[in-house]
Amino acid sequence: MTSIFFDIGQPIRKATNDFVDFLVVDYGDFFEAVSNSILSVLVSLERVLRDAPPWLVLIVIGLIAYGASRRAGLSIAMVVATWFIGALGLWEQAMQTIAIMLVSVLLAIVIGIPIGVSAARSNRFRAIVNPVLDLMQTIPSFVYLIPAAMLFGLGKVPAILATVIYATPPLIRLTDLGIRQVDVEVVEAARAFGATRWQILKGVQIPLALPSIMQGINQTMMMALAMVVIASMIGARGVGETVLLGLQRNDSGTGLIGGIAIVVLAIVFDRISQSFGDRLQAYRKVHH
Amino acid sequence: MSLIEVRNVTKIFGADPKAMLTKVKAGMGKDELLAETGHTLGLHDVSLSIEKGEIFVIMGLSGSGKSTLIRHFNRLIDPTDGAIVIDGTDIMTLPTRDLEQFRRQKLSMVFQRFGLLPHRTVLDNVAYGLELRGIARAQRHETAMEWIDAVGLSGYENQYPSQLSGGMQQRVGLARALASNAEILLMDEAFSALDPLIRSQMQDQLIELQARLHKTIVFITHDLDEALRIGDRIAILKDGVLCQVGTPPEILLQPADDYVRAFVRDVNRARALSVDVVMQPPALRLTTENLDHALEEMRRVGESYGYVVERDRYRGVVTQEAIEDAIKAPGNDSLYDIAVETPHFGPETVIEHVLPATLESDWPVPVVGPDGSLAGVVSRSDMGQILGRDEEEAEPDDDAGDGKDEPARRQVGRDVAGAA
Repeated sequence: MTSIFFDIGQPIRKATNDFVDFLVVDYGDFFEAVSNSILSVLVSLERVLRDAPPWLVLIVIGLIAYGASRRAGLSIAMVVATWFIGALGLWEQAMQTIAIMLVSVLLAIVIGIPIGVSAARSNRFRAIVNPVLDLMQTIPSFVYLIPAAMLFGLGKVPAILATVIYATPPLIRLTDLGIRQVDVEVVEAARAFGATRWQILKGVQIPLALPSIMQGINQTMMMALAMVVIASMIGARGVGETVLLGLQRNDSGTGLIGGIAIVVLAIVFDRISQSFGDRLQAYRKVHH
Repeated sequence: MSLIEVRNVTKIFGADPKAMLTKVKAGMGKDELLAETGHTLGLHDVSLSIEKGEIFVIMGLSGSGKSTLIRHFNRLIDPTDGAIVIDGTDIMTLPTRDLEQFRRQKLSMVFQRFGLLPHRTVLDNVAYGLELRGIARAQRHETAMEWIDAVGLSGYENQYPSQLSGGMQQRVGLARALASNAEILLMDEAFSALDPLIRSQMQDQLIELQARLHKTIVFITHDLDEALRIGDRIAILKDGVLCQVGTPPEILLQPADDYVRAFVRDVNRARALSVDVVMQPPALRLTTENLDHALEEMRRVGESYGYVVERDRYRGVVTQEAIEDAIKAPGNDSLYDIAVETPHFGPETVIEHVLPATLESDWPVPVVGPDGSLAGVVSRSDMGQILGRDEEEAEPDDDAGDGKDEPARRQVGRDVAGAA
């Protein structure tokens, strides 16, 4: 039977598989090295969080919340919320999730902010980056989890990779937007006084785009948390795994508890990062 | 050589400005260029010389290219064609690093919407130029404090710009520009965003500071009154083309074309011009002490009054009647003693201030120079001529005494004086 459709799918399928095989065979060592370095950071962070007595972790969270917000009420609420996760019986899993999330967010910042800055400076670069970001945000995670699992093996590293791919776009977009929205006259003033490009970026554009960048980091955190269930499917431990267990065993209660823990973690991270962002731009709030 | 030389600068905005240059040079106008090619002609063959120490005002309506032009002086905008030479350096030849250095040392700028760094305190804003120059923190803060003080903002140094009113923010902008100690100060509509009262305070402050600092100031404005008030020389731009460059009286009294004429029509000349522009030589200058000689001279010239000058110093006015009375009266009076000291003004006084005295006085009002000499006199008809050039030009509130209704106006002048 003839068809109006040329078979393009087959060649793409084959080429992709060949390419992945090629990477696995020829660059396996390289990917392993990348994997190991990410893993070592993650493992040590996880060990610290899990080995520390819970009361110490709670105190540290309280102090971070206070440092970020200077509000005692909020800090106490954050400590209680975190304690609540422990009371749900998910302390260990929560610490694992926090470790994966922090490493993912850190990577997203390291990758996302420079790309966002470059996109703000060059319309051409932005035109290239934008469709890639659309792709990263819409393509189902499993599509890149298959090759990622092949390259990095099952477990935490592909989970982090998937999280970074999913969670970085909002940070890039908001960094780009924030820098483009900086008052042109202020940038012009800096130029007129002889500031170099780097001085303008560091002293004017980034500080003034900070509310937007902080919003991007906040969004990245939220999206990273949204990925924990998918991440658990390729072997990452944590609260996502609890939800997955509930799903696999048809145990609604376990699923709900895992879900609540994820939501509470999201609230804690959201509140702390938002109030830190607010405090960074305190100069905007004072009026005569 | 002038401090700033702008030579045949043309600026075209659009996709391919270089290609459009030949069309513009062939005489294509702004509207035609925009309609045919989508390119905007920002500046067309502008040449200017700005001297060291002067306040040079570039004035024009929005879209005239004035803000584009001022941005060429520090190359915030690069010209499509032409050269800009500052203090002997062709700044078009400077590579980026040298240009940045040049901006730090030579030029500073004040912006219409202030351009302050909102995340820095007043102190750190004022110190910004010094910081870019790599001056140590303590020292730059000390210098910044001096300038904060000079613009009258002491006590506000730790506030953020958003805590200050518009006028105060622009004083921060001015202090920032002055603190860098650059020779050239570029002011882009610096006072346009301020309330009229604050604006005139800022103008006064600028004039005051300039008397002390002798910077070279390039000032952009769309407000002709402001241009006339602060400018030593004024350039008028229209659609990117320079219409006229001249001193305020030249612009007001000898407009180069219809555009400038239309522009200056609504200016309150009484406020914009000083008396030295209108004053005339006195009809009779009496330099003798002898009463008889003076009377003789007066009769010869046919005037009923004269201005008494003793060794180049102005003493006062005498009337024929007064001399005759003095001659009749016993005692040997000198002319110097009977001269009456009437109100007189310096040559820089604006006409508006002299006007009431002119209307009130029976003879032209004397203008006395800073050295005490009689520079000239201003009569009602001189005033009438300059203020009432053209009936429809005169402003309704102009107290101009032109010939026809002079007696009535004189009456008003007297009544006002009597009430006061």
